[in-house]
Amino acid sequence: MFPAPDFRCTSNDSEDTELRFVTCQSLWNQIKSETEQIQENLNKQLLENLVSFLSRSHSDFQEKTTEWTFKMKFREIPTAALVLGVNVTDHDLTFRGLSDVLQDNITPYVAMLEAKDCPGIKNLMQKLMGQLMNCDLDVDSLEDEDCVQVSQNRVRCSMPSLISWYDSVTKKTDSETPSKKRNSSSRHWQSPPVVVVFKDMESFTTKVLQDFIVISSQHIHELPLVLIFGIATSPMIIHRLLPHSVSSLLCIELFQSISCKEHLSTIIDKLLLTSQFPFKLGEKVLQVLINIFLYHDFSVQNFIKGFQLCIVEHFYSQPLSVLCCHLVDIKKRVYSLSHDQCENIRRLPSFRRYVEKQESGKQIELLTNDSFLKVETKKLLEDLHVYHENYVRILRCLHVFTSSLPKYPLGKQIRELHCACLENRVWETEEYESSLQLARMLNKTDLVTMLQQCVEILMSSSGKEFDRAVEKLKEFLTQFQNLEGGLCSPENNCLPCSLMHHFFLKTLLELKESRRSKKLTKFEMLRFEVVDYIDSLVRRYLVPADERTLHEVVYFNGAAVLRGHLNAAPRTALHTALNNPHWYLKNQALRCDGGGISNKAPDICIVYKLHLECGRLINLVDWLEAFSTVVMAAEEPNDAASSDQVDDVIHARFIRAVSELELLGFIKPSKQKTDHVARLTWGGC
Amino acid sequence: MKWQEVKASVTILGTKVRKDKAQLSVSVKRFVKKLENISDNEAQEVLEEKNYVAALGICAQDPVGNGSNISGGEVYSFQTPKRSNKMAELASELAQTPEQNVAPDHSKCPEKMAKTPQNSKRSSSDKVQQKSKKKEFVSTTPYRLRKRLAAPDPYLESESEYSASCSEEEDEDEQKEVSTVLSDQKTPAKTKAASTPPPRNSLAKKNKEQKMGNLVEEYFEAHSSSKVLTSDRTLQKLRKRRLSQQTLHDLLKNAPLAYAAEIRDLNQQHESLFSKWMLQLHLGFNIVLYGLGSKRDLLEKFRTSLLQDSVHLVVNGYFPSITVRSILNSITEEVLDHIGTFRSPLDQLEFITKRFKEDSSLELYVLIHNLDSQMLRGERSQQILAQLSSLPSIYLIASIDHINAPLMWDHAKLSLYNWLWYETTTFNPYVEETSYENSLLVQHSGSLALSSLMHVLHSLTLNARGIFRLLAQHQLEKKDNPSYPGLSFQDFYQQCREAFLVNSDLTLRAQLTEFRDHKLIRTKRGADGVEYLLIPVDDTTLTDFLEKEDEDV
Repeated sequence: MFPAPDFRCTSNDSEDTELRFVTCQSLWNQIKSETEQIQENLNKQLLENLVSFLSRSHSDFQEKTTEWTFKMKFREIPTAALVLGVNVTDHDLTFRGLSDVLQDNITPYVAMLEAKDCPGIKNLMQKLMGQLMNCDLDVDSLEDEDCVQVSQNRVRCSMPSLISWYDSVTKKTDSETPSKKRNSSSRHWQSPPVVVVFKDMESFTTKVLQDFIVISSQHIHELPLVLIFGIATSPMIIHRLLPHSVSSLLCIELFQSISCKEHLSTIIDKLLLTSQFPFKLGEKVLQVLINIFLYHDFSVQNFIKGFQLCIVEHFYSQPLSVLCCHLVDIKKRVYSLSHDQCENIRRLPSFRRYVEKQESGKQIELLTNDSFLKVETKKLLEDLHVYHENYVRILRCLHVFTSSLPKYPLGKQIRELHCACLENRVWETEEYESSLQLARMLNKTDLVTMLQQCVEILMSSSGKEFDRAVEKLKEFLTQFQNLEGGLCSPENNCLPCSLMHHFFLKTLLELKESRRSKKLTKFEMLRFEVVDYIDSLVRRYLVPADERTLHEVVYFNGAAVLRGHLNAAPRTALHTALNNPHWYLKNQALRCDGGGISNKAPDICIVYKLHLECGRLINLVDWLEAFSTVVMAAEEPNDAASSDQVDDVIHARFIRAVSELELLGFIKPSKQKTDHVARLTWGGC
Repeated sequence: MKWQEVKASVTILGTKVRKDKAQLSVSVKRFVKKLENISDNEAQEVLEEKNYVAALGICAQDPVGNGSNISGGEVYSFQTPKRSNKMAELASELAQTPEQNVAPDHSKCPEKMAKTPQNSKRSSSDKVQQKSKKKEFVSTTPYRLRKRLAAPDPYLESESEYSASCSEEEDEDEQKEVSTVLSDQKTPAKTKAASTPPPRNSLAKKNKEQKMGNLVEEYFEAHSSSKVLTSDRTLQKLRKRRLSQQTLHDLLKNAPLAYAAEIRDLNQQHESLFSKWMLQLHLGFNIVLYGLGSKRDLLEKFRTSLLQDSVHLVVNGYFPSITVRSILNSITEEVLDHIGTFRSPLDQLEFITKRFKEDSSLELYVLIHNLDSQMLRGERSQQILAQLSSLPSIYLIASIDHINAPLMWDHAKLSLYNWLWYETTTFNPYVEETSYENSLLVQHSGSLALSSLMHVLHSLTLNARGIFRLLAQHQLEKKDNPSYPGLSFQDFYQQCREAFLVNSDLTLRAQLTEFRDHKLIRTKRGADGVEYLLIPVDDTTLTDFLEKEDEDV
């Protein structure tokens, strides 16, 4: 399907493949740790809140107060409802972080329960005790080997045994040597709560949950239990799953995790819109990844997986990806390129375009002299790097403007803007035109804040590239300040963004047209200037990446490959193979236009095509005859002597094709009528 | 070098296509046409691009009118409400040449011509002589569904209108298409699709439009009546020699595989990906293969060429008695050398997980043919396999065939599996996969083959054979009675006693239990509580059996 320069065993220079592989791996590891870091930071707030909740929840138990009356009155189990969102696949990571934090700060006794392990209350208790006792063993198995190896098989899994276990463990901690005690109490309290996490609350059977809650609420004064519900939908589900009598036993506090969209934005921000990583995604690839995220699963993990695949594919299929490295390494790598690799560079379309633009003497040098080429390549790659750095800054500036315009002609999220800029020259698009028009109607306050933000963004860059731009913007700011008096009168037709509702939009634009002849106020002039300046920045810096020379080295563009691997359509593939075998088998006999197929098509295609003409049930005899008619017609009329034998062969081929269709799930045997099969596509029977 | 150039030009085209969505269907066509000469692969890229966009619902416009790239609802649904004789008609259409006008067929089914106008057009391209088989078709169509057709269905109405003007001339076909599109506009569910000019091969599109309008009605029409109208012919009346598994196998082996060269090319393409698969497996992905054709040979080749020196496990999912437990057992027993049993597959899985985590040098490749087979498709099995595959040092490469196979996996399982999908359409016949008894073939030739009947009977005592004979004879005598419930136990006992085959009903019962264990007989209780005995074998097989028995004796 695609050319296969191999990672290991292809092209002539094995060195580069190895280096590519190493680069790929190290890059991926960096990115992986970066994403983990991001995730951790995002969850930090949530986890802190949870920890403080947990430490509050059993404070009275801590103090060993014996206010029995108080406790008898409240049998409520402290419960944290953790709303995590529908991206179930990401939850695992959150829970892992949660359990780590809990074990570090609150309690060693954390049990994670999943619905699939707990079809009944018995299994639940078994699982719970197994996990609790195991983690107990983990904590101090090193010290006392003679610790009773309680196997969960022998212990009766019940609440009392759990309590007695808890008593024994906490007592043991109490009676330990002072040094050890101090050690452990620095991390945990003397009687740490037992935390039970229901990872996927929605999938638990109501009965199991109810029973567990009722039982444990009876023992809450003996066992400091805390529940955590992982919820994918909405907190309402608690009340739907549990009747009032049960939910009244819980003292629920709600925690909301960060939404997956924000998570994705952060990831894109930190992975793509940065010069930290040399590897970049092309427009279509990014679009594919974002679409999978938005339309399929909302899973950030899958997005990252897709990103990983992009990296692997890029380094696998592009021999020049060896140059896709950090700026510091470029020089060394460029100079150690082999001749073949130089040829590869010369073959790059973007490089050829570049060569054509040079004068003839340089052209010849570039095409014949390897060392000259290397010098030039190094320069170009560095240019590319600089381009990207500048691109990101200006993109952010532009985003400051576009994200506050009504109806967001260029998209609300920066990723949309990024895609638009990568796709083609953004300043040639209609959307850009209309955003500029809208920007020309901003009021002073908004404009000033935006300019200030832009200045901040540009100031944060390390290079000197934007010194002039910053100066210029600052100049604008002072000019705005110097403007005096009643600036925001309606005559000046400036409105706060919030008011630029689309109802007004049309009239506003018309109004503007009519005023063109009128003399502009000072403010308006300045506003025009600002917008024009921003426009000039955009035109200069937001050139689409594929117009840059050597962009193939760092940009991955195999959108089709990526989609094929991540978001495959097996049904469509089958459909194509059955309806249009010529797509796969390049034989002229199979070629035909229109929706039909040739009668020389493979048996299964013919049988499939015939069965499409039937209703719910298919008579095998009719089917067989129809099939043999087609097949006989396709075959050359040979000697009639062996017709009986031919018949058998056709019969056999028919049987095979039919059983293949059954395997593929198009039909199944039916008992409704003798020698009939039922069609399964569309609803079954 | 050439490849990259082509690719660049395609990406530019692709972006253009996306940009002006209004002219989408027209412009894409033009591009595709242009591209076809350059490289088919690249054209596919563009086409799939469009397809994907349509499928995602970014633009609700029709996908490219190319028959091979159809998305969404067009895949696998009924084309129209069916008439019983449609299949025969299509068959004769596919077989015939246009010059040879077959009067009876055409006069009988004018609607068909309206529906599939270009079938005949197409078949005109390949000059094929038709064999004289048509007379049979006349007899195969006893049910005409005139009544059903007369149902108030605008499409059918319009179709039959066209049938009057039906002809094989191309220009008339063209006209017809236009008028169909026009009539479509009148129906409520029409969208912009109708306003676009009809492209060249608008049949697929036309069908789709029809479906959008009548989807619901068609569905209920197809499922409304419990009465199924198909011909009553059975294989028995065909007087065709039944094929045993062996003869079938031999026949197919001798029959030449069509398009062997092309299939080989196709497979070679897939084989070039082996090293890439290896790499991706090691990077933590698992690989799933889909597409028409048996992928068994491909996986075998992968195994023999790359996995010779590593520990690997091949699971034949299509094998009717495979279970997850047996897979887990072979891992614990043969890979991990563990002797002992586990209480549940979950425990076993836990054990495996622990062992693999402890020992990082352990690596295992698992190849599963037909991960979607009957035995493995259950939720619990898939969960366990998914968890197994999520272990970093277990590399899973599997194949799926069933059209609904992806439905086995929810998001949680998908993320455990961490699939990379590879389309490997091989067009290889599913020889192994369909050779087990759950395939249609056995049902096809009677639920119990003669040979197995003979085989079982020969291993029994003489008396037992006598008992079975008695039952068989009785059943054959009553074969004309369609409501024959079977022989009641009491009567049977009486007869056996008279023939000195048994001396007490206990012996008979013991004998019957043995028969039942071999699935030679079936018992069922009638309304009056009496037990009836029946041999679940069709009459011809039974007759054959008795004849054979007579020869033997």
